[in-house]
Amino acid sequence: MSAMLLEPVCIAQSHLWLPPNGSLHGIALDRLMRWNLIAICVCCLAAHVWLIVAKLRRPRSNHAAYSTPFRWALLAALCPMYVWLAVTAQHLWAASRYAGPSLEAMQVEVVGEQFQWYFRYPGSDAAFGVTRPALANAATGNPLGLDARDPRGSDDVVSSALVLPAGREVDLRLRSVDVIHGLFIPGMRVKENTVPGLVLHVHFTPTTPGTYPILCSQVCGLGHARMQAVLSVVSPAEFDSWLAARERARSEQPAQ
Amino acid sequence: MKLRLFTTHHRILGILYLLLSLATVAIGTLLSLLMRIHRVWPDTPLPIIGLLKPEDYLALVTMHGTLMIFFVLTIAPQVGFASLVLPEQIGARNMAFPRLNAASFWIALAALLVLLAAFFVPKGAPISGWTSYPPLSAIPAAGPGEGAGMDLWLASIGLFCLSSWLAAVNILATILGERRAGMTWTRLPMTVWAWLITSILTLLVFAVLLAAIVLLFSDRHLGSSFFVPAGDLINGTIVGRGDGSPLLWLHLFWFFGHPEVYIAVLPGMGLATSLFANFARRDVPGYRIMATMLVAIGLLGLVVWGHHMFVSGMNPYAGTAFALTTMAIAVPSTVEVLGWLSMLTLPTPGGLWSSGPRFPTPMLFALGFLSFFVAGGLTGPILAQPALDSYLHNTFFVVAHFHMVMAMAGTFSIFAGIYYWFPLMTGRLMNETLGKLHFWLSIIGAWGTFFPMHLSGLAGEPRHYERLTGPATSFSGIVANERGITSAALFLAAAQLIFLWNVFWSARRGRPAQPNPWQATTLEWAPVAAFGRIDRGPYEYEIALNEMIFHPQWESASKQE
Repeated sequence: MSAMLLEPVCIAQSHLWLPPNGSLHGIALDRLMRWNLIAICVCCLAAHVWLIVAKLRRPRSNHAAYSTPFRWALLAALCPMYVWLAVTAQHLWAASRYAGPSLEAMQVEVVGEQFQWYFRYPGSDAAFGVTRPALANAATGNPLGLDARDPRGSDDVVSSALVLPAGREVDLRLRSVDVIHGLFIPGMRVKENTVPGLVLHVHFTPTTPGTYPILCSQVCGLGHARMQAVLSVVSPAEFDSWLAARERARSEQPAQ
Repeated sequence: MKLRLFTTHHRILGILYLLLSLATVAIGTLLSLLMRIHRVWPDTPLPIIGLLKPEDYLALVTMHGTLMIFFVLTIAPQVGFASLVLPEQIGARNMAFPRLNAASFWIALAALLVLLAAFFVPKGAPISGWTSYPPLSAIPAAGPGEGAGMDLWLASIGLFCLSSWLAAVNILATILGERRAGMTWTRLPMTVWAWLITSILTLLVFAVLLAAIVLLFSDRHLGSSFFVPAGDLINGTIVGRGDGSPLLWLHLFWFFGHPEVYIAVLPGMGLATSLFANFARRDVPGYRIMATMLVAIGLLGLVVWGHHMFVSGMNPYAGTAFALTTMAIAVPSTVEVLGWLSMLTLPTPGGLWSSGPRFPTPMLFALGFLSFFVAGGLTGPILAQPALDSYLHNTFFVVAHFHMVMAMAGTFSIFAGIYYWFPLMTGRLMNETLGKLHFWLSIIGAWGTFFPMHLSGLAGEPRHYERLTGPATSFSGIVANERGITSAALFLAAAQLIFLWNVFWSARRGRPAQPNPWQATTLEWAPVAAFGRIDRGPYEYEIALNEMIFHPQWESASKQE
């Protein structure tokens, strides 16, 4: 198990379509996406077919009606479609973004930095230690600048891979050290920028165990295309043993 | 007509603007081909240039976007075509301020040269994309090209703002003040309505862009901190001095950036309406509604900028508000599209078709515009939904969307305008056979290039990726698709050689044009400038005894009867 997490993983995206969904809200999102794509493909085809067919059966005289009422009828048919698209989409957006995470949601901090993702787990005290940019030094094993004077940080675990238990909601706390990055986990249907100076939150529930790529979706400099990491969704038992191992390793380290 | 430099003649300036755009589009296309080739063969050295580094790819993206959006899609349809025909279309002799028009052209040329100079400074052109999000664009240490290259970018866009402003003031003053007696609002050709609304948009939004650029310049050189937050750590150095907000730049930039795409596409909508009327030999049904909807699209365009920022850290309630305003644009856009479709396929008020629409090259390109406007426009309501955008944002789906609805619809309308107004520029017609060949190869190439990008985007491929395989993922399933896109892009670019040949050959050897060769009704085609008060609408065609007759605006209605 731990070997799988340490090995560099390369996940192939083998479809010309949405990658397999591994999250709870992704089911509704995929359904919404499918219906939207069908609706616009039909409209696009209809417009082209209308144009071409009308050209082919040339010229017919004495169409009785002037075109305007027909146009208004079509518009009247299309407007409810737009309203439907707008309302259903807001429903899903509200469910995932207006409402905060449940109180039991697991906290993980995601920090973007040119050109690397860091994931910080708060440890047994469930609180993140203070970080200071002036203390950040990746070479000494403190890339985020954890302040050793803050006891809450003494059990924080910093990882370069994101490991999450299946079936438990996670609340990601998004930060950036330097420039704007974009946290994008296609398999979790999650995207939110990490903005320096802001702490943003996004929450979701991974459901299907497996590995998923984590990408950067906001151009952030020359290494943008290789700013990637791996999300492993594992069973709760595997997750607990992984986190316990990381916490043990953390407590054996000298204090930063 | 002799092409003289330092002229203030509106038509010659119009030609100069179009030549500027033509040179720019050639450069911008070459940059995009390098990008396409690099994406599918990232480790193959290119002839002359050698191996492209990741930062070179991003510099190409930035310069491609900046060149195409500002110097092609803003200049050609707006000030280029307006300089060419606007004064005649409203019965004026020249623009309201001819010298301002010339000044605006020379400033635009200076802006272009300053921008291109960014390729030749140490560390090259900026890599932060045409949107230049800080802190990447604010801190020279954040990446190669963010030093001198970024300064040149800022200087160029600052100059461009000035040029656009002067042009917009000029167009606005011309439309408001120079119309001939009798040229009432409902007798304006639809192109004039489009230029009216884009000029107002230009005045409002380029002012904001200029302000944003001054603030960013100040952050870079004057020690301010509008966009850089406290404690910002770049390359091991703390650069954040005050407590600025990168989101402020996003708001300022997109307040400009969204109306900007309407500035690019509204003139094409006006031109397509005119061409459909001209070549379908009919009126514009619901002229007042069509004009009102153009205005509505422009005004709604001012309140939708947040849809570029759904996942940027903006309040999610604001996301909903911007989603609803964005969806609202679908309504006037649908009215326009249905108006065009009914113009093209449904009979005129008389209930009779004459010979039906004709399909010379300008009409074909106007139909191409319609095809891309529909196909690219329809993905708009998808991206306007924050829930779906939270997956699609910054993927190739977005690249496909704006290349269809802005780049291709815009370019096809520019082609339509050039083929249509070529006789006014040179006294000759462009070659029809080559024109039709150019159209069919272009529409096949453009659909083949940009439609498959939707699929790469659905698969999750982000923008600005110089290669498809990274440390954690390999987009192996989309490699074939990406190779197909690159081939189609090369095909599309090659087809443009036919156009170049046609332009330069026809300018000297083309068939001399009769006066009013398209049997148009609008005033730019009037054979003599000596006509009096206007008392006709812009598109008066009618059928009498099964024969098509048309009434140009320069013919007096009272004299006929």
